[in-house]
Amino acid sequence: MQRRQFLQTGSALGAMGLVSGCATVGGGSGPKVVVVGGGYSGATAAKYLRMWSEHKIQVTLVEPSDAFISCPMSNLVIGGSRTLTELTTPYDNLTQRHGVKVIQDRVDSIDADKRVVKLAGGAELSYDRLIVSPGVDFMWETLPGMNKAGAKDKVMHAWKAGQQTLTLRQQLEAMPDGGVFAMSIPLAPYRCPPGPYERACQAAEYFSKAKPKSKVLILDANDDVTSKGALFKKAWSERYQGIVEYRGKHNVTDVDVATNTLKFEFNDDIKASVLNVIPAMRAGDIAVKAGLATANKRWCEVDFLTFESKAAKNVHVLGDAIQIAPGMPKSGHMANQHGKTCAAAVVALLMGQEVNPLPIYNNTCYSYVSSKDVVHVASVHRYDAEKKTMLTVPGSGGLSSAANELEGVYAWSWAQNIWADTLA
Amino acid sequence: MSIQSWLLTSALISSASLSHAQSTQALQARSWAASCAACHGTNGHAQPGMVSLAGVPQEVTVQKMLDYKAGRIPAATLMHQLAKGYSDEQIVAIAAYFAAQKK
Repeated sequence: MQRRQFLQTGSALGAMGLVSGCATVGGGSGPKVVVVGGGYSGATAAKYLRMWSEHKIQVTLVEPSDAFISCPMSNLVIGGSRTLTELTTPYDNLTQRHGVKVIQDRVDSIDADKRVVKLAGGAELSYDRLIVSPGVDFMWETLPGMNKAGAKDKVMHAWKAGQQTLTLRQQLEAMPDGGVFAMSIPLAPYRCPPGPYERACQAAEYFSKAKPKSKVLILDANDDVTSKGALFKKAWSERYQGIVEYRGKHNVTDVDVATNTLKFEFNDDIKASVLNVIPAMRAGDIAVKAGLATANKRWCEVDFLTFESKAAKNVHVLGDAIQIAPGMPKSGHMANQHGKTCAAAVVALLMGQEVNPLPIYNNTCYSYVSSKDVVHVASVHRYDAEKKTMLTVPGSGGLSSAANELEGVYAWSWAQNIWADTLA
Repeated sequence: MSIQSWLLTSALISSASLSHAQSTQALQARSWAASCAACHGTNGHAQPGMVSLAGVPQEVTVQKMLDYKAGRIPAATLMHQLAKGYSDEQIVAIAAYFAAQKK
């Protein structure tokens, strides 16, 4: 590593900070990076920025929650084989082991010209580079009935792990045997393509043991299952025969929460005992508010070498909020990869080094078709300099040949490892 | 370039004083290796239940990955699918990075 070059860059940035009124209190003179959102991408970026800059870059992570709760594995809480506590990791290690300053607050606005973010609590943070990793928010405007008073407390999305996950589990537990659990899935792209189908399996396994006359009805706006289709369909027709019913081309346009009824673009209304409405999604609110969501006003376009926004200089966007490259899923694993690719690029940019011209990273995604048996999809993604995007490497990647218990062990190990890689 | 000459090249990189070009190459290998960390732990230090890559001799990791890539590991679940996404040279560079990490 070129320490001398870094020191020169660092002092130059320090001087720039003084010029723009951004001098730090407490004598820190290294460049400053603020990370907005401590999910799979943001927390990873914060940790690796500290590691790879040898603690020279000052990193502040702004996150509204007091702990990280994993969306991957949260369907197991709905199925009843895991608890939310097992999926929860505090942010302490980022501070204690890596020196990331964690502020529990929400970013209210971004001034990309002045390079300042304002927090809901009133504080202002200046930055040399900003990393925006807000995940997704829901397009509630597409479901008028969900905006009525109390609707969101009654019908769960459970697509951000936490209280929603627990409430949906409680609703399934309270459902009488013989009831129908109806799930709606939005048109792709949405966070975690196989997630809804895994959830259907989890609910079905629970019903098969606890209330076998009950049904899981999957109402998918997409024409067909969007991920691991053959593997999920095999589970539904064999393991959960008579319990799971899948219907494609069912695009929910409204929800009557008073009668627990889904309304569709082209199909008849469907009433169910428990509804799980997964609404259409877009980049998190702060990204939209800051003008970063340039693709259909939903997703944030980025340069895949650096994850710098195409709409704002010195601002990087990561994770589920971005306009994805072809074949790139919105997954926690992928978000973790974004975090590291961006961290390497930001360290290089702030230290005057060359940015890696050839990012390569993989995606590994496990889905539980029962509490033990798992299927995967894997892929490798490589930067294409001509097309200026990430493309899957021809001949790489693939699916499980069948659900199996060994991958169930690997899947839980994957979770332990990615949580540690992201947060410890 | 053959695997042997790549092994030699990367050995030279890790022992020589770092010129700018070599440093860039080393940082690139670090970034590529970081992708593996999602399952195999930061810098190859895995949580219990997963294979640690830190401190594993370069030739061991290279051979394993080439075996996965060629379909020579019968009970593979997904590593054969991931191995096919990397060139032999990239595998050599990644294996060198993990070999240089403390166990």
